[in-house]
Amino acid sequence: MTALTLQEKLAILSDAARYDASCASSGTAKRDSRDGKGLGSTDGNGICHSFTPDGRCVSLLKILMTNFCIFDCAYCVNRVSSNVQRARFTPEEVVELTLEFYRRNYIEGLFLSSGIIKSPDDTMRDMVRIVRTLRVEHDFRGYIHLKTIPGASPELVAEAGLHADRLSVNIELPTEASLAAFAPEKDPAEIRRHMADLRLRKEAASDTTLKGTPAPKFIPAGQSTQMIVGADPTDDATILKQSARLYGSYGLKRVYYSAFSPIPDATAKLPLVQPPLLREHRLYQADWLMRFYEFAPEEIASQGNLDLDLDPKLAWALQHRDRFPVDVQRADREMLLRVPGFGTKSVDRILRTRRHRTLRYDDLLRMGTTLKKARPFIALTDWSPGALTDHKDLRARFAPEPRQLSLF
Amino acid sequence: MREQYMNSMPHVTLPKVGTAEAWREAARACLSARIPPEGITWSRGPTEAVLFTEDEAPPAAKVGAIRVPESFVHLASQVVWHSHPERFARLYAVLWRLRTEPQLMQDAADRDLVALRQMERAVHRDLHKLKAFVRFREVGERAASRRKFAAWFEPAHHTLEPAAPFFARRFADMDWLIATPDLVARFEDGVVTFEEGAERPDLPDDAAEDLWLTYFRHIFNPARVKVDRMLAEMPKKYWKNLPETAAIPDLLQTAESRVRAMAEAAPTRAPFYAKAIAARPKQPAAPPPDSGSLAGLRAEEAACTRCPLFSEATQVVPGEGPPDAPLMLVGEQPGDQEDLAGRPFVGPAGQLLDDIMVQAGIDRRRVFLTNAVKHFKYTLKGRHRLHQSPNGSEISACQWWLRQEIDLVKPRLLVALGASAAESLTGSRDGILKRRGQIEDGPEGLPVFLTVHPSFLLRLPDPVAREMETERFRDDLAAAREHLERLLAA
Repeated sequence: MTALTLQEKLAILSDAARYDASCASSGTAKRDSRDGKGLGSTDGNGICHSFTPDGRCVSLLKILMTNFCIFDCAYCVNRVSSNVQRARFTPEEVVELTLEFYRRNYIEGLFLSSGIIKSPDDTMRDMVRIVRTLRVEHDFRGYIHLKTIPGASPELVAEAGLHADRLSVNIELPTEASLAAFAPEKDPAEIRRHMADLRLRKEAASDTTLKGTPAPKFIPAGQSTQMIVGADPTDDATILKQSARLYGSYGLKRVYYSAFSPIPDATAKLPLVQPPLLREHRLYQADWLMRFYEFAPEEIASQGNLDLDLDPKLAWALQHRDRFPVDVQRADREMLLRVPGFGTKSVDRILRTRRHRTLRYDDLLRMGTTLKKARPFIALTDWSPGALTDHKDLRARFAPEPRQLSLF
Repeated sequence: MREQYMNSMPHVTLPKVGTAEAWREAARACLSARIPPEGITWSRGPTEAVLFTEDEAPPAAKVGAIRVPESFVHLASQVVWHSHPERFARLYAVLWRLRTEPQLMQDAADRDLVALRQMERAVHRDLHKLKAFVRFREVGERAASRRKFAAWFEPAHHTLEPAAPFFARRFADMDWLIATPDLVARFEDGVVTFEEGAERPDLPDDAAEDLWLTYFRHIFNPARVKVDRMLAEMPKKYWKNLPETAAIPDLLQTAESRVRAMAEAAPTRAPFYAKAIAARPKQPAAPPPDSGSLAGLRAEEAACTRCPLFSEATQVVPGEGPPDAPLMLVGEQPGDQEDLAGRPFVGPAGQLLDDIMVQAGIDRRRVFLTNAVKHFKYTLKGRHRLHQSPNGSEISACQWWLRQEIDLVKPRLLVALGASAAESLTGSRDGILKRRGQIEDGPEGLPVFLTVHPSFLLRLPDPVAREMETERFRDDLAAAREHLERLLAA
């Protein structure tokens, strides 16, 4: 067998990494290299350097260290029973790719993940070596996201968190039963403890000692996780409840939802489906409502799945018409945020402006508020929705046209 | 004075580099000379300095004479980079209005401001795209002490100057050049300089670009084609300067057939090594702990599903302390911090308990600390977990574990902290405040000393009440210690 070239390895190990949804490079501490010694900067805002035709942003060099793996997770392209071609980067190769891509302004940094080789500790040790080389030897100051391996020893996690901006461990599937069915080697309790440990370490690092010296930084951009949607039968209500629990328990910055997507050499245990992209989109919208609009998960979906035809905020408003129309001039922030089409920015503009004068319909238009959705749910001095709010066909106005059946 | 300027109609030519500062100074001068917006015209020219075409330039502004809201300063510092010929005049018009309308910036629907904010957004977007889409090629020797890179970019607005500090912060250890039709920014030995714009330079091939294209092709998922999303974020007008876009037509053309091939492929047999790996023990098997020991009990507790609480918690929090501790303190249940750490009494209430134990002469290292319920019960409020008291059935389900801890440790005295512990140990939940300080019968006839839970002290809003209750709690613990000493002496 001839050795693979760097180009061939890169092809194999980015193929293997494309199912991880996260590409965020935002929210970390500010750094730069103006002292002329190192390379790189971060300023809190991530940058999407490119976009692939799947509409996803390319912000980080997202690769696996290796796609050899001793686990046999049914949904995963890298499971041990798959016949995909295997490869492994040397640490120097990962460092070289990261730095050379960075210098050409292709990327914000590195997102390194890996299949599990030998043991969690063996894998984690090699990954930590790569980020240590980048940070210490090359003084790299760009963004680093490291996928950590549950079950790795605390010292390795501690060192990983010193070098990385973000650590993440994937919850993989929304319920323990699904994990047992499709990823039998993964231990959900261990994953939870791992997330708990990261939260405690991050909190400890943000404490200042009695002398006033700050503790060493630990994952300034926090932790995130990913769950696969549509591989198992879990409904959206359960998924959102699980997400709320993860946000509340472990202070996660993000839960990523990844529509189960066809993989080469799939297993018979898990038949391939069209990835449920619209469902994934609705879950992200619902997640957004939980994080920034003070919606509780059971308000958005108490059971079953989200409405695919309507965004979850509009769906909620249509089910709670007694709470509308909202008086835009007087309603509190919380209620304004419940109006379909009103985003946090629109609401801030409304609050700011109405302190000084009475708002009119045209004012909202000029502020850039989308009124198509909001119209039936708001009242202003020169606009009242009248019977529109309670109109029985209101839903039909927003739902997409029913798809015509084709002749058979 | 006003008339004089109306007649002569000054024209201000702002320099191509340093435009923002120059506009600010000129606007300040015009404003302090009370020149109304309709009495002045503006442009950006190739010259280096601000020019007033009239013989007599407006007098310099008195320092501190003009005050405007910070939000306007920020807005102006962005809008000046817009390519619209009216940008300077529109900014000055709003500045003029601010003299008499100090609240103007608060108005999100004002026509003039809405127009300026649109320009601000366009500049912001252009600036962002410049930072994102510049592609450097190496133009010097790799082994050189300072490597050299260069790029060509065509921004929609005059964004190279405001973007330059970003590149200087990021790529400080190399020399770089960004050429645009309007301006060229050059960074050498840590200093940025600007020169007149240039033609598109002929940049040498760079081998890293092949690797970049390989990465772009392979990170793409053919099963999730969403061309609209890509085009919204990476419009075609940028494509000619982005090498990776050369791969897009082929990726789109082959996506469908690649997905079909994946779906139609028959399942394969696992590779030969898969079986061997599956048969390998995952970790060196540790001997199972002795079932009659505390370690054995912990292992059993970890798998507890005796009540529904396990499903929401991180982990079981078993009791902790010497296996022969004469004193066992029983709390209610683990809290947020205990749930995360897997250890009892490490959160705020635990720290308070530690302090008060010291004051009461109790050595924590000689105490077995545990809870009536071993999983954290909570409700979610946004991003916070709020403690909820366990109910009777949860307490009784968990008695199974508490009793075994008591059997193994065989303490001489139990201390119930709060109502839930009292219920578990004595069977009665009645008014803990009335029963505190007393000793009741517990399991196997063991004495149970009753007091409050330290979190009760933390919840008292009134500092005086808290002080008093803390003292009572300290007295309770000291009384428990004395009682234990009598038991041990007997």
